[in-house]
Amino acid sequence: MPRINELPLWLRGVLFAYPWRRIDPVPLARLRKPLRECRVALVTTAGLVSPGEEPFDNDIRGGDASYRVIRADAPLALLEEHHRSESFDHAGIERDRNLALPLDRLRELVAGGLIGEVAPRHLSFMGSITAPGRLVRDTAPPAAALLEADGVDVALLFPV
Amino acid sequence: MTLLREITEKVHPPRALSVPWPLGFPLGAPDDAPLQRKVLLQLLALLPREDVPVLEEFVP
Repeated sequence: MPRINELPLWLRGVLFAYPWRRIDPVPLARLRKPLRECRVALVTTAGLVSPGEEPFDNDIRGGDASYRVIRADAPLALLEEHHRSESFDHAGIERDRNLALPLDRLRELVAGGLIGEVAPRHLSFMGSITAPGRLVRDTAPPAAALLEADGVDVALLFPV
Repeated sequence: MTLLREITEKVHPPRALSVPWPLGFPLGAPDDAPLQRKVLLQLLALLPREDVPVLEEFVP
């Protein structure tokens, strides 16, 4: 795990200035059924986009707060990575999308009976959103509603 | 899960697993299915926890 003081100076500056929001009170969502019966969705901030879909817009000031739906049967290797940040090495995700959206691993857990189902739709956001107001106000509520409409019991978030 | 434990300690999400890898490698390594599976299993193991906020370290 990188310590903040080991990151490049410019990135330390970004992290220092970012308006982190402390969640208070911390909400408790109880697991309402055994994991082997749960429908699980993945949420990534790797900026992944399905082939033919509109890429994220790197020119939006404050960051592109939109999201893309990744269908459960999406061709994982063909997902395009559009994350704009130079703060990390993109080679790992380019080689194996499971590194940020572990759909293959999720399918294996279903096959092994550890979880119930892979959700029909998964979500991909762009990270590096320096002005998070639009994300919190406009984007997150419909994204959560989409998962709820799909009967998702568990969402796992993978920032990059 | 989180790659930056210090940030997660500030934000207080209900449940998080801190992993030891560089930015860009949230599940450890490309093409390493056993390692990726281990991360998922440790994430899922946090779900029954109700003593939120929970911030656990990945155990190799």
